[in-house]
Amino acid sequence: MCTRKMYHLTMAMAVGSMLFWPQAGWSMDAADAPETVEINSLSKSYGGVHFDHAMHTGIASCEQCHHHTTGAEVTNSNCIRCHAKTGEEDSVSCKDCHSSDRFSKKDLLKLEDPKLYHIDKPGLKAAYHLNCVGCHQKAGGPTGCQDCHTITEAGEKMFQTGKFAPAPTAGSGHGGHSSH
Amino acid sequence: MKTTVSRRNFIKGGLAGTVAVTALKESSSQAATFEGYPDGMGVLVDLTRCVGCRSCEAACNQEQKLPPPEKPFDDFSVFDEMMHGQKRRTDETHYTVVNRYDVPGLEHPLFRKIQCNHCQEPACLTSCFVNAYTKTPEGAVIYNPNVCVGCRTCMIACPFYIPTFKYSSAFNPRIMKCIFCYDTRLKDGKPPACVEACPQEALTFGKRNDLIKIGRQRMVETPGKYEDHIYGEHEVGGTAWMYLSSVPFDKVGLDTHLPKEPILNFVKDFLGIVPMVLTIWPALFAGFHLLATRKDWLKNKNDDAHEEE
Repeated sequence: MCTRKMYHLTMAMAVGSMLFWPQAGWSMDAADAPETVEINSLSKSYGGVHFDHAMHTGIASCEQCHHHTTGAEVTNSNCIRCHAKTGEEDSVSCKDCHSSDRFSKKDLLKLEDPKLYHIDKPGLKAAYHLNCVGCHQKAGGPTGCQDCHTITEAGEKMFQTGKFAPAPTAGSGHGGHSSH
Repeated sequence: MKTTVSRRNFIKGGLAGTVAVTALKESSSQAATFEGYPDGMGVLVDLTRCVGCRSCEAACNQEQKLPPPEKPFDDFSVFDEMMHGQKRRTDETHYTVVNRYDVPGLEHPLFRKIQCNHCQEPACLTSCFVNAYTKTPEGAVIYNPNVCVGCRTCMIACPFYIPTFKYSSAFNPRIMKCIFCYDTRLKDGKPPACVEACPQEALTFGKRNDLIKIGRQRMVETPGKYEDHIYGEHEVGGTAWMYLSSVPFDKVGLDTHLPKEPILNFVKDFLGIVPMVLTIWPALFAGFHLLATRKDWLKNKNDDAHEEE
């Protein structure tokens, strides 16, 4: 008898907990998101970006940046074909899906799967820039490199600018045919 | 299609030249079916993504240890520079350059990166009579300065005007061009420096075959965004570097009149004759000369004999 009682209780708890389970997962909204995000995992030529997440939630909807992972139901007719029922993801961070070692041998090997649909998923660096710059161009946000992040010493060296800027006479240039 | 030369045909043909031409035709039909190495790598350049930041130029300069530029790589006034009425082009100190194109009707200008397109059947390679060029199985067209004699035929052969001559060193001939970072990166399976530096993934590195699929997928997923053509898929027999654009390709300075066949196919027959001319003709004409002058020679010999008498 005791085991049957336990069974019923367990069932009841299971069903009960299902009722309170977040439906299809869309429990997170902009208010639950962090105020700011430090985007600096790839920082090399440029320093990290101090991203004001709270400010951007007023401008863009969640799915404009997070796709089908959080914030709203999938509406894009192309994405909905597969992601109509995938619900909210546990991880919503860009780096959870977008590879930080894009074009490495290992990364390219993943494309060998003949059934893979997302053969064109940008790496992490491009995911940031395509998303941010793409929107900023349309919405009139800042688009210059140093509008969002400061150049580092390594960056100055690579771009040969700042203290690594070429001396006015440096560079053989175009064999004396320079037009300036 | 194989043309066999039987003994009878050989004799019928009579002339050695006929045989040479027969053999030539056979070899041309074989070469025309070469479509590049199956696992060759490439880069897909998406002009809709490029923002003209010049990171690729800076990375190339650093990786290839090229001399310092005239202006820093974050100086965008270079986009206004014109040389002899033309936009900037690659030279001995720049293996890659980005140019700006103001296309009427577009809100934002487009930027296009230029570098060697690493043809499947490179015209530079076939034009080089000392075999200084190699197309590697990884897809790069590389160059060996040790055998180069500085004839610059490759500069004329290239349909994209890419190889340039190091004029600053007259006695040490050297052609300068993008080598797909072969020595330092590609041969180890790594992407070239420009690709790694690009913040927008305007440069997508991968197997050439996969890049064509990726290009097509972008067209399908964003209808109307792109011209329905991947520049370099077929141009001059196909190139490892290919372009996607939102405007017709001639609006961004790409030559849209290039043939689909490799440049080689237009000169193959002629080039095939060169060894024949060099080997058979001297013997043949020496023979003609000897025949023509035989009478004189005999006459002289007889005269000499008479004189001795």
